[in-house]
Amino acid sequence: MEGIGIWGVPLAIFAGAIRVSTPFIFVSLGESITERSGRINLGLEGTLVFGAMTAYAVAVMSNSPWLGVLAAMATGAVFGLIHGFICKFPKVNDIAIGIAMMQFGLGLAFFLGKPFIQPVAPHLPSIALGGWSSSPQIQSALNINVLFIIGALLAVALWWAFKNTRVGLILRVVGDSSDAARAMGLNPDTVRLLATAVGGSLAAVGGAYLSLFYPGSWNEGISSGQGLMAVALVIFARWNPIGCFLAALLFGGAGALGPALQSVGVTQGYYLFYAAPYVLTLVILVVTSSPTRSLAGAPGALSITK
Amino acid sequence: MIKLLPMNRRSFLQSTAAGAAAIGLSPSLFSTTAAAQTALTVGFIYVGPKDDYGYNQAHAEGAAVIKAMPGVTVVEEENVPETVDVQKTMESMINLDGAGLVFPTSFGYFDPHMLAMAAKYPDVQFRHCGGLWKEGVNPMNTGSYFGYIGQGQYLNGITAGYASKSKKIGFVAAKPIPQVLQNINSFLLGARSVDPAITCQVIFTGEWSLAVKEAEATNALIDQGADVITCHVDSPKVVVETAAGRGAFVCGYHANQSPLAPEKYLTGAEWAWGNVYTKFVTEAQAGTPLGNFVRGGLKDGFVKMSPLGPGVSAEARTKFDATLAEMMKGSFSVFKGPIKDNKGGDAVTAGQTLAEDAIELESMAYLVEGVVGSTS
Repeated sequence: MEGIGIWGVPLAIFAGAIRVSTPFIFVSLGESITERSGRINLGLEGTLVFGAMTAYAVAVMSNSPWLGVLAAMATGAVFGLIHGFICKFPKVNDIAIGIAMMQFGLGLAFFLGKPFIQPVAPHLPSIALGGWSSSPQIQSALNINVLFIIGALLAVALWWAFKNTRVGLILRVVGDSSDAARAMGLNPDTVRLLATAVGGSLAAVGGAYLSLFYPGSWNEGISSGQGLMAVALVIFARWNPIGCFLAALLFGGAGALGPALQSVGVTQGYYLFYAAPYVLTLVILVVTSSPTRSLAGAPGALSITK
Repeated sequence: MIKLLPMNRRSFLQSTAAGAAAIGLSPSLFSTTAAAQTALTVGFIYVGPKDDYGYNQAHAEGAAVIKAMPGVTVVEEENVPETVDVQKTMESMINLDGAGLVFPTSFGYFDPHMLAMAAKYPDVQFRHCGGLWKEGVNPMNTGSYFGYIGQGQYLNGITAGYASKSKKIGFVAAKPIPQVLQNINSFLLGARSVDPAITCQVIFTGEWSLAVKEAEATNALIDQGADVITCHVDSPKVVVETAAGRGAFVCGYHANQSPLAPEKYLTGAEWAWGNVYTKFVTEAQAGTPLGNFVRGGLKDGFVKMSPLGPGVSAEARTKFDATLAEMMKGSFSVFKGPIKDNKGGDAVTAGQTLAEDAIELESMAYLVEGVVGSTS
């Protein structure tokens, strides 16, 4: 295989945006649903890791990666339900419960995942879109996983659904004002319970992608905080699903910058390049902030805006 | 002597610990039956999962070897952070399990954690993996052991040199510390002993275990044309699987990763901690003092090579075997001057030959000519 020189950098950013972003996409879409209903679930890091473990374990035992994804979704929903159920009680802080659920999810995943570190699970299929190119690098970059495509479609669907469907409206009403929702005859607790469960199950899909596609193995260090970063991405994306998708792409691409620059010989200061995603976030937040309007699009009942 | 009054929990724990250590280490106390081996409880502490196909697995395999020795009980704990947590782990191994010999296997366990425990439990022996122990500075119930694995990476490099068609090989490294730099340099020098035109691209991930970044680094190396990949990270599983999935050959590190990529795995530099632990335990059971500064390489049985894979040609095998034989005699040196560093300076001057245990190698801060990468 011939090297591709300096073109490796844009290619790596492009490929990285697709490869690395998928967990961010699913976790942030899930969290955007939960937060739109007026609750924050910080426990998604735990849900992500538990989903990664469940998916890997089920895929190893059943030899079917898709069964693994489904199992992960189920466990993610259970984690969401637990969070939603506890937060229903008065004077319970959803952020504190989220942190507890995160630690619980991590611990349980490490405990139950012990026997599955060594076995090799079947990977999720990918679609080869690079057949037109003779370059193996481009072919490899265009091996796009099905979950990425599902994530992209889901982002558009959610964006549309928030605006145009009855469910979307209910979600937004509950998120903006519990009192208004009650006046309409809605039960905010039930809506939030379901929204957190759906959010959890999507986050678990992000975990399944980590363990079953890229990097495609289960161990205790599989997530380096993607779940937490994705929760922050939702705020960064102003609770807009398409914004979440784009922010996830940005993060994935920026994360690929460090290794790619080193591979073309820009070797000085790689620690700085590794900080690129975070620097980028800060810059964008500063540039888009405004003294006159605070957090446009933020659900009114969210505990950070109260 | 156990003080009866006043008795508090701490002093109780301390005295039982001393008792336990005595049971563990002095053969005279409990060897009433002559045939029975001295009972010894040995504690192993790992920083990650002990089946990670890497650093921790290599130690756990060593622990499994001594588990089979008569009279030996092994207690293990994994995923122990390099914080005050490891002190608690050591304390419970000593107090609750009666460990008389403790191996905290991760670099960051040494100072202040192991040293604090060594001062508190002077009758327990502590041996730490790494090269940090200093005579006169650190207490005699502590010590360091480590292996010279650079020659293993040189042998990796030989198989890589024959297997590479693009004449570019790649190295996924965690941090630019002397040990890692020595492995990178040895890997390239091994490959250059086959073909002096070969270059080695290195990517530092900045952390010992960072699955996604390791996969990205491997992909970036292969995108740039590298067709043999090796690494120095805690768990090479991701690198090996990603590289083999892209069709590149791989050389292993820490443990044998050939089950992950049987077709693409050339060979690997593995630790053979079983031999080291056996020696320590035998000494402890016999009541002789344990070594405080123990090191060795291939010829001492501290390091071994994975069986050669199907991608290794007959020609490569011949050179591999010949070089290995020379290393086993102890007459081989990887760093033989003149060697330039990759900034054009002199790394090893002409006529200078650095033996495997040369002290200069322990502070290596350069990458040799032919390595594309930077230490900062």
